[in-house]
Parts: sequence; structure tokens; C-alpha cells
Amino acid sequence: MSGYDRALSVFSPDGHVFQVEYALEAVKRGTCAVGVKGADIVVLGCEKRTAMKLQDTRITPSKIAVIDHHVCLAFAGLNADARVLVDKARIEAQSHRLTVEDPVTVEYLTKHIAGIQQKYTQSGGVRPFGISTLVIGFDPNDKTPRLYQTEPSGIYSAWKANAIGRSSKTVREFLEKNYEEEMDREATIRLAIKSLLEVVQTGARNIEIAIMAAGKRIEMLPFESIEQYVKDIEAEKEAEAAKKKPRGQTSSN
Amino acid sequence: MDVILGITTANEVIVITSRAFVRGVSILKADDKDKTRILSPHTMMAFTGESGDTVQFAEFIQANIQLHEMRNAVELSPSAITSFLRNQLATSLRSRKPYNVNVLVAGYDEAKGKPELNWVDYLSAKVSVPYAAHGYAAYYTLSLLDRWHRTDLTLEEGLKVAEMCVAELKKRLPIDFKGVDIKVVDKDGIRTEKVIE
Repeated sequence: MSGYDRALSVFSPDGHVFQVEYALEAVKRGTCAVGVKGADIVVLGCEKRTAMKLQDTRITPSKIAVIDHHVCLAFAGLNADARVLVDKARIEAQSHRLTVEDPVTVEYLTKHIAGIQQKYTQSGGVRPFGISTLVIGFDPNDKTPRLYQTEPSGIYSAWKANAIGRSSKTVREFLEKNYEEEMDREATIRLAIKSLLEVVQTGARNIEIAIMAAGKRIEMLPFESIEQYVKDIEAEKEAEAAKKKPRGQTSSN
Repeated sequence: MDVILGITTANEVIVITSRAFVRGVSILKADDKDKTRILSPHTMMAFTGESGDTVQFAEFIQANIQLHEMRNAVELSPSAITSFLRNQLATSLRSRKPYNVNVLVAGYDEAKGKPELNWVDYLSAKVSVPYAAHGYAAYYTLSLLDRWHRTDLTLEEGLKVAEMCVAELKKRLPIDFKGVDIKVVDKDGIRTEKVIE
């Protein structure tokens, strides 16, 4: 301990706020979440922890939270911290409707969430939120899909596709390599699942997918169709591997 | 002198609200005065009373019901929503400046598979009823509804009864209420069925 991480409002001599950096570390240990924008939908994908044998999975909370009918959010990091932040976001969404008679825009909500996260890096007696979030949705009367990210420090940014949490770097690099502009529904969902499969070894059982389309409510992809996507992706990977193999065999023969 | 009327049929609730915005004896606006708010996918409320209070109260209830829906990922039943509404109104009644609002809550209870209509007045009396009206509309329509209402009405029959009520109101009410909006709540949600000018 260097003495500069006792109170979070104290800088270290080289300009770091250690508690905020530790919060980012908590995010890195959280399960992975990805967001991908297509031409007219936006998809959230989450890595789901395997339930214990005796656990009641019906009440196990999801990592994807609906904030309002047109906005939802996935997080990586400390689940309990997320619950508090999600509740604040939901209240703001409803309060915004009540005061200005309009649903929130996705950017407004992101800014609000990031604002709360920032407050918790500069106030006394609190610690920062140990979570990063991916906020997706559609603005009212608009068909453009939106995807934003917030961090414990209070930074927020807009993305075409992004990942947070465990091995997010691997997934982000995968997305950078495979992202295409104007993807249709199928391609967008596929890319989200495929990128998650880079870090989720156990397949469909540990993946959660949410889809949002303009003017529609959130759609959680059922297990069976996630499984189908995973099967297709794995079959494709095998086919590619098989294509390379014959050459390898002929050269060795 | 707003008209607020609710009629349950076998599978839906018909809600009739007058279109005029009235203040005292003057009509300030002849159309498009929506006297309803959607509370959840299968529940709506219609309101009359002190004109500032009505919208303020309705939107307050709307925001709270929607927040509840977001937090718990479940839709509340019409009776649960009405209980919450009644409780809020009763709390307000005992404050320094109570809301002066009369409400009808129309909904479709998905768990029971039944339409439901609740009548709540500004004194927070709540009753679940087959048909109901607030204000002067009640004087002229309840007798008609006593005669023609059945629990097994089809939508078409229900709408016919509704039109009889509107015709009677047009004949008897001293102020022209500029026609009505007729909305229907059923298992598929809430829709505007038609507008009588």
C-alpha cells in the first residue's frame, strides 16, 4: 500500500486515483458482455455463469436489465453494485417521462448513468461502482440503433460493437476483425454469439442474448435458437478446419 | 361535465370518454382531449375532476406502474394497479391539498382471462363493477345499462349499448361534449375502437 489508495478522493503523486483503477480491475473479473449494432437492430450478448446444482435458476437475476421499453443495459463487474445503478437508471427514465412527457434518449440515459458513476469517484464515504455497462436501445421516433459504454470512472463512449468484462480485449479484437457495416438481423446475432464463443467455452448454455428493434420491446433469444446458432458456428469452424487439413495430409503423405 | 363511461363485455372492456375540454360552462377545445392514460399493456385509466389534478395524478400513477413493471419484469393485474391507485388517492385525501380526481380503471386480467372494470372516486372508494360512469353521465346512462347490459355481451353488442348511451347523453346533457372516443381493452391490449363525432 502506497498510502494513496486510502481515500478515493486522493490523487497519487503521478496523477492516479487508485480506487477507480481497482474498480476497473473488478470489471475485468466480471463475466463478459458484448454489444453489436446491425443495420436496424442492436444485440446484447452475455456470458452467464453456470448455476450450482441445487440453485433455483428461475430467480437467478439476468445480467441484462430493461431500463425502459426502448432501452436496456448489460453490465460486467459486481452484480450487487449493478442492481443499485440499474434502479437509479430506471427511476431516471420514468422521471424523465413524467417531467418532459418524452421517453429518454439512449445518450441521455448513458450520460446520466456515467454521471452517477463519476459522482461515486469524487464523494466522501463511498466507493466507485465496480461495473462497466453497455447501454443499447433506440431513441423515440427514430430507427437508428444505439450502443454506448460507461466505465467506473464516469467515462462514456459510443460504439459500433464492443465488449466489456473478462477477456474483453480478445472479444473486442475479434469484433474489430469481423465487424461489417449494415449487417442484417441474422448476421448481427451471429456475430454477437460468435464473438462470445471466443471466451465462453461451454457454449449455448452459458450465453444470454437480447435483441432490440425500433419500436419493439426487448426480445430475449430462447435457449433453443442460441443453441442452433452455436451449432451452425461450430459446424462452420469445423468445415474451415477440414478444408485446411487435406492439404496438410497430402504434404505429410 | 365530462363523460366517462366503462362497460365490460364477455372478453373486453369498452371505455367511452368525451372529446371536449370543458372549463366551467365554456368549451376550450372541441377535439383531441384525451382523458385516458395507459398504465400497463393491458390496463388503462380514464379520469375526470379538477382539470390540473387529473392529468398530474394520472401521469404520476402511470410513471409508478411502469417503474414497477421495469423493476420486477411483471405486469401488474388491473385490480393490483387499482389498489395502488386507491391507496395513493387515499393518502392524498388526508393531505393538505388532496387530488380531486374520479377514475375508472379498465383492464384485462391475463391470469384470470377476464376483463375488469374498477370505479374509484375522489374519496378513494373503490368498487369492481360490470359497468360504471362518473359525474352527470351516470344519471342518464345507468338506467340504460341496467336494462341492456349482460355479462355475456359480444364486442358488437357492447358497442351497440355504448352507442345507445352516447345517443342518450347527446339528447339529455345540457352541454355539447363534442362526441366521444371509444377505446377497447382486451387480451391483445388497448386500442381506439372508434370516434363518434
